[in-house]
Amino acid sequence: MDSYNAPESTPSASSRPEDYFIGATPLQKRLESVRKHSSFIPTPPRRKIPQCSQLQEDVDPQKVAFLLHKQWTLYSLTPLYKFSYSNLKEYSRLLNAFIVAEKQKGLAVEVGEDFNIKVIFSTLLGMKGAQRDPEAFLVQILSKSQLPSENRQGKVLWTGWFCCIFGDSLLETVSEDFTCLPLFLANGAESNTAIIGTWFQKTFDCYFSPLAINAFNLSWMAAMWTACKMDHYVATTEFLWSVPCSPQSLDISFAIHPEDAKALWDSVHKTPGEVTQEEVDLFMDCLYSHFHRHFKIHLSATRLVRVSTSVASAHTDGKIKILCHKYLIGVLAYLTELAIFQIE
Amino acid sequence: MSVLRPLDKLPGLNTATILLVGTEDALLQQLADSMLKEDCASELKVHLAKSLPLPSSVNRPRIDLIVFVVNLHSKYSLQNTEESLRHVDASFFLGKVCFLATGAGRESHCSIHRHTVVKLAHTYQSPLLYCDLEVEGFRATMAQRLVRVLQICAGHVPGVSALNLLSLLKSSEGPSLEDL
Repeated sequence: MDSYNAPESTPSASSRPEDYFIGATPLQKRLESVRKHSSFIPTPPRRKIPQCSQLQEDVDPQKVAFLLHKQWTLYSLTPLYKFSYSNLKEYSRLLNAFIVAEKQKGLAVEVGEDFNIKVIFSTLLGMKGAQRDPEAFLVQILSKSQLPSENRQGKVLWTGWFCCIFGDSLLETVSEDFTCLPLFLANGAESNTAIIGTWFQKTFDCYFSPLAINAFNLSWMAAMWTACKMDHYVATTEFLWSVPCSPQSLDISFAIHPEDAKALWDSVHKTPGEVTQEEVDLFMDCLYSHFHRHFKIHLSATRLVRVSTSVASAHTDGKIKILCHKYLIGVLAYLTELAIFQIE
Repeated sequence: MSVLRPLDKLPGLNTATILLVGTEDALLQQLADSMLKEDCASELKVHLAKSLPLPSSVNRPRIDLIVFVVNLHSKYSLQNTEESLRHVDASFFLGKVCFLATGAGRESHCSIHRHTVVKLAHTYQSPLLYCDLEVEGFRATMAQRLVRVLQICAGHVPGVSALNLLSLLKSSEGPSLEDL
């Protein structure tokens, strides 16, 4: 690891930080970006392009259909060290052995569980935003079928997949040995997630942390997903707020017809192709004032906990369910951004 | 009287009055209690208000420092603060107003982006303090700090005025080209 190079230019009144970093190492670039984030000067309102991009053409919707309509728990993952896509069979074998060993140690909870499991690593082609993004891969735990017939595929016990969609800000700052797949989604028993997490952490020197989504980001998601053009709506648009009060917190749920929500968004939306902070605030304020007019409750004083639209639904604890394959990449892009933000 | 002015009343002898404005009653009450526990040479008076304008029927002393408490978990408190700011005279912002953002510790509960509050404080040229008022230790430290600032604003510290303090508290990084 090369040492920190002294900056070339002498510190003068008008020196800008960018001048120091021509030909900087990734670490220096990283430090610079961290410094920029914590600058005192407020940055201009965040502008985001709504994802409405189509799924990559080479992905077969049938192949990714199993990703939809399932509840995934989100984690953010630091870059994996010396991970190689050609060793997937090897990894399957090692992870299989590890899981069996862990379960026999008695660390897993369920007693009398079937230990005949099979672990499969596979790549998910096309689950990426830009060409630079590393390939997504999938880990599945299947129960080995008791019947000797070859065709019978075991039942899937646990699924987890790693992906990176438009992860440029992270990709620029890491060196060659690392594979950046900051978003991890898991479905299945929590004990399995823990065991697999431990194995990855030991093998690739990475770190998992649960990705919570705060109310601010949930309202962005609500606005972006309402903005998506859909041919037909499969679910009502629903919000859930948690009111902090003692002894037990109160939950307020507000359901809107999706076409009404879209009409509201269209009246608020000004800049084509982009979603701005003001539009999101205005959209949510319209809902709040409508609710206040009828019920005299200030929803803005409560905490948004769950947002559910026809595109996807998200819960503040880091749970997500994607319903529409057309906007799958867009949803994942935003989640990747949140994951990268959490890592940094 | 719908607008608060800093110099429209005569000061009380050896008294310093602070006005805490915010929607979170419990937090304001706790902060007020912490401040009153502090050792202070001057007599402290703490007034609490949910929002401005203050009712004009009450006879109150001259207010030396206004602290707007914004809870980052609730957009309502930000909107309330913005509404109340309209009822404060411009000359108050020469060091006698301060913003306090609470709740930044629990990132998962935040509804307001930190930059919104930073921009608000920047627009009003007033210092922004962060403190998790729910935590006893932080609250006590912040109470101490506010008492010192209050003493300066009331003119009880010789040689330092509110405007002096304001220019000292301003960040050493000047506004860059991207700003506003």
